[in-house]
Amino acid sequence: MKLVVNGKTQDTEKNSLSVMELIKMNNVKMPDMVTVRLNKKFVDKSKYSETYLSENDKIDFLYFMGGGSYKKGIAV
Amino acid sequence: MNLTEEQIDRYSRHIILKDVGGKGQEKLLNAKILIVGAGGLGAPAALYLAAAGIGTLGIADGDKVELSNLQRQIIHFTPDVGISKTISSKNKLEKLNPDVNVILYDERVYADNIIDIINDRDYDFIIDGTDNFPAKFLINDASVLLKKPFSHGGVLRFEGQTITYIPGNTCYRCIFPELPPKGAVPSCSEAGILGAIAGILGTIQATEALKYILGIGDTLKNRMLIFDALEMNFRTVDIGKSPDCPVCGNNPTITELKDYEQPVCDLKKQG
Ligand SMILES: [Zn+2]
Repeated sequence: MKLVVNGKTQDTEKNSLSVMELIKMNNVKMPDMVTVRLNKKFVDKSKYSETYLSENDKIDFLYFMGGGSYKKGIAV
Repeated sequence: MNLTEEQIDRYSRHIILKDVGGKGQEKLLNAKILIVGAGGLGAPAALYLAAAGIGTLGIADGDKVELSNLQRQIIHFTPDVGISKTISSKNKLEKLNPDVNVILYDERVYADNIIDIINDRDYDFIIDGTDNFPAKFLINDASVLLKKPFSHGGVLRFEGQTITYIPGNTCYRCIFPELPPKGAVPSCSEAGILGAIAGILGTIQATEALKYILGIGDTLKNRMLIFDALEMNFRTVDIGKSPDCPVCGNNPTITELKDYEQPVCDLKKQG
């Protein structure tokens, strides 16, 4: 199955793949931190495991990004 | 307003651009931009906006310059360590361009001062150059409530993201409805930032502000620009306004500002 992940074509051998499995395949360290966009729609965080992908789906992982500082606020 | 001979010379490379011209330069000289955070993103943004002749430049920051800032916060120099970031910024910006009226707010933004700061000069555009999520969500909410356009910017390691909020369109909370959950924040060893990457992003934010003031081109409205500097790959992701957004959606639950807490990570403790 061919997918477009973060703008790049990814060929997976599997023909059945959930969003959660894709997150794991892409070594996303903290699935809680990632917001998933599937074909221009957001996927509810509670539905990552039950949302299955189809051929040519476009997936984007969006992350919280701060500002490179350590001391104040979050470590980013 | 008529440009002086010196201004025609100073801004000649703007004026010869057919999308800018003398009229555009006058727009810039009449514009008022607020930069929240004179750090990695705010520093390059402030320098380019001052050089461009933005007439009124507000700088809000409550921090003092630290040695570890200098790796990326290029408006501050080694002798500035220990002085306030606002004063350090003003010193450079006024030397760079005396046309610019630099207004300082020597404080961090909170729910109880951000509205006053934005309203102080009725700023036309706001740049989020902050380094923490409570401030990023606060700037978003204040901008939505006051109907002020702003540029969101975030960096992490070798990556950056930015989106431009234009009232009535996608806001930061349309993408990230709530602050990141505690316990789900990157650990110190995974944080950090290559200084030049903050420069790329702050410069993109300044460009968005200039385009907005000039009324030219397409801003990053309803689309988030994401780049990975290791691969030097840039892409935009279209994101429409969310009807369920807690601040700009159909039934907003956020109708006033509040302060948020965020777990603190101290690099020194981690060795
Ligand atoms: Zn929104």
